[in-house]
Amino acid sequence: MAANHHAPAPVGGNLFNATTLVCGVLIAIMIAVLAVRFVFGLGAVTNLNDGYPWGIWVVVDVVIGSAFACGGFSVAMLVYIFNKGQYHPLVRPALLASLFGYTLAGIGVIFDLGRWWNFWHIFSPSHANPNSVMFEVAVCISAYIVVMWLEFSPAFFEKWGMVDAKKKLNKVLFFLIALGTVLPMMHQSSLGTLIVVMGVQINPLWQTQIIPLLFLLSAIVIGYGVVLFESCVASSAYRRKIELHLLEPLAKVMLGVLAVFIVVRFGDLVVRGALPLAFKGNIAALAFWVETLCFLAPFAIIGNASARRHPGKLFLAGTAIMLGGIFMRINAFLIGYDTGVGVDTGWNYFPSVPELMVTIGMFAIEVLGYIIITRRFPVLPREDAGIANSAAH
Amino acid sequence: MSDRRNFLKGVVAASGAAVAATVLPTKAEARETKQRPPDAMGLLYDATLCVGCKACVAACKQVNNNPAEFSTLDHLWDTPLDTSGKTFNLIKMYRSGTMETKDAEENGYAFMKTSCMHCADPSCVSACPVSAMTKNPENGIVEYNADACIGCRYCVAACPFGIPKYQYDSPTGQIGKCELCRHRHKDGHYSACAEVCPTGATLFGRTEDLLAEAKRRLALKPGSTAVFPRGRLRPEDERRLSGKEDGKGERKRKRHAWKEEPDQSYENVVGNYLQHVYGEKEYGGTQVLKLSAVPFQKVGMPDLPPEAAAAHSESIQHMLYGGLVMPFAVLGAMTYVAKRNVHHDEHDASEEKEER
Repeated sequence: MAANHHAPAPVGGNLFNATTLVCGVLIAIMIAVLAVRFVFGLGAVTNLNDGYPWGIWVVVDVVIGSAFACGGFSVAMLVYIFNKGQYHPLVRPALLASLFGYTLAGIGVIFDLGRWWNFWHIFSPSHANPNSVMFEVAVCISAYIVVMWLEFSPAFFEKWGMVDAKKKLNKVLFFLIALGTVLPMMHQSSLGTLIVVMGVQINPLWQTQIIPLLFLLSAIVIGYGVVLFESCVASSAYRRKIELHLLEPLAKVMLGVLAVFIVVRFGDLVVRGALPLAFKGNIAALAFWVETLCFLAPFAIIGNASARRHPGKLFLAGTAIMLGGIFMRINAFLIGYDTGVGVDTGWNYFPSVPELMVTIGMFAIEVLGYIIITRRFPVLPREDAGIANSAAH
Repeated sequence: MSDRRNFLKGVVAASGAAVAATVLPTKAEARETKQRPPDAMGLLYDATLCVGCKACVAACKQVNNNPAEFSTLDHLWDTPLDTSGKTFNLIKMYRSGTMETKDAEENGYAFMKTSCMHCADPSCVSACPVSAMTKNPENGIVEYNADACIGCRYCVAACPFGIPKYQYDSPTGQIGKCELCRHRHKDGHYSACAEVCPTGATLFGRTEDLLAEAKRRLALKPGSTAVFPRGRLRPEDERRLSGKEDGKGERKRKRHAWKEEPDQSYENVVGNYLQHVYGEKEYGGTQVLKLSAVPFQKVGMPDLPPEAAAAHSESIQHMLYGGLVMPFAVLGAMTYVAKRNVHHDEHDASEEKEER
């Protein structure tokens, strides 16, 4: 095991290239759109309306963004809770992506809040409403962001040679790790519970009392899917060796959790008698099958062991899972949301271009941040000298 | 190794418990749908009495200081197409075929009032993370406090009636909705929509009394004449309820300090009602009740079950987070396991260093 256990090291190399430049431009556009939003209001840049008060800034930036940031949680569970030490090299890169995903989701919420200057009320006991699912989600995500920065801080301590700080942190690391598994369990499930109070407005294909469990299971699967996706992209972009010896068994773990998810998902639909709705000739039924096929695709792509050793197929399977996660959340919050409860109230929603540019800008920050930190801080496992040099130039 | 296996078992047990608690919500633990408070206030809207004059829409705008909203090219009249952050009350029209007969489902037309229903168990109140939307424990009015609001619009998404609305055109937008003119109560005024209604189609009162009045109307013979109150419903037991007779001065609840006004009851023809008081049972009941001759769904009122969505949502939350028992139990198990495994991990790391 020790042989596989490379200490993390900075990738190095130039920070100015086509990718970082494109990211920079996208981020600049986002800042411009946000300036308009904060001066003139949400209506000036978004297509939000009273029939669809939540758009992609909530559903994509926060709900999907945080699910995509579950890599750190999923891998940490595997390494520290299920004691699979061999996956240790995956922890830091996954944690970094999670850190960015969650921090941006937290910041993204502010863009969407109509009265953002009151945001601190969430943490004020005189205002807090513990019955509110949103309250639980907001507090949990905020706490998790803090925990993750602490969990990740050894990377900074190593870079700046802060040996003492690292030692001190290491003493309580086990507790941070425990918190880092419980907090995401709490809010990833609650992100699903958010739709319960919307009651009959949500199509029964998604409206269920076990939606917290479905969201939690899918978030764990998405976590592994994102690690597959990220590892493939990072190794191809930095021309590094791909960690197939880790990704192959990881993919197997992912398929296992995915199978549990599928069984629970369909078991629930059958028990509640909601399955016939999937065979209606409407958009909700179509959206349901697109979502379901994305979740089933990994079994076809990497179902056998030899396919799991194929980087391209691992990448495809990871992408399919991420798409499934995207569709599941968009379906539950937007496609399956009938604001008039069967009465056509004339509302509809599709994101505006400026609205899209903010979401795209958020992902650009994530990519740019990942590049800067992996090139300058010890995150990715150290490579053999020859390969590392070729990556740097 | 056997130790570690035990820890693993512990984890599996803990997560198993969490899963079981999510999957098997028991009736005993479930949060029941809340009922209206005994002194709940509300409105009774009788679509068969409504003539569509929209005096209530204008009065609502005036007393709430809301600007006109235009949907026509000549910005002359207040013509909102739906309630909004600046239109809290609206009369909508149902049209069918030739529109010959009032209150006929086929070839007819009908009116319907759209405004806050003041639910017994409101989704918006349950949804609001910062208690900006609250239900008055005495009169049951669903009240909004802009100073507390963070503008997340979860209330907008949660309401099945599409009532709380946000002002998207402002950088400091607020939620707008009917609060039964609570800001006018201290001056002896009740809801402006009921105050100005010329036909008594919108009637203000205690919901229990309004429900009795609604049931009285449903028992009348369609086409016959009957007396209908206007403005505010003043049942005979009002004085008793206000604590003057049997309250022996102990009940200081100042519920009815309404301004004196003459009895405005009048005779009208009894409508061809559907035998359904909308709001009696929907989502656990609402404080605004409605009568109609055209099926409620056709005039824009959703078909809702008797259990409130807020009860389902809070059942889940209380089950998972009640007293924070479950989170701490799982955290305890995770801490225990992580402590062992992290040590093991560090040991490996130091081993690795020695090898080098």
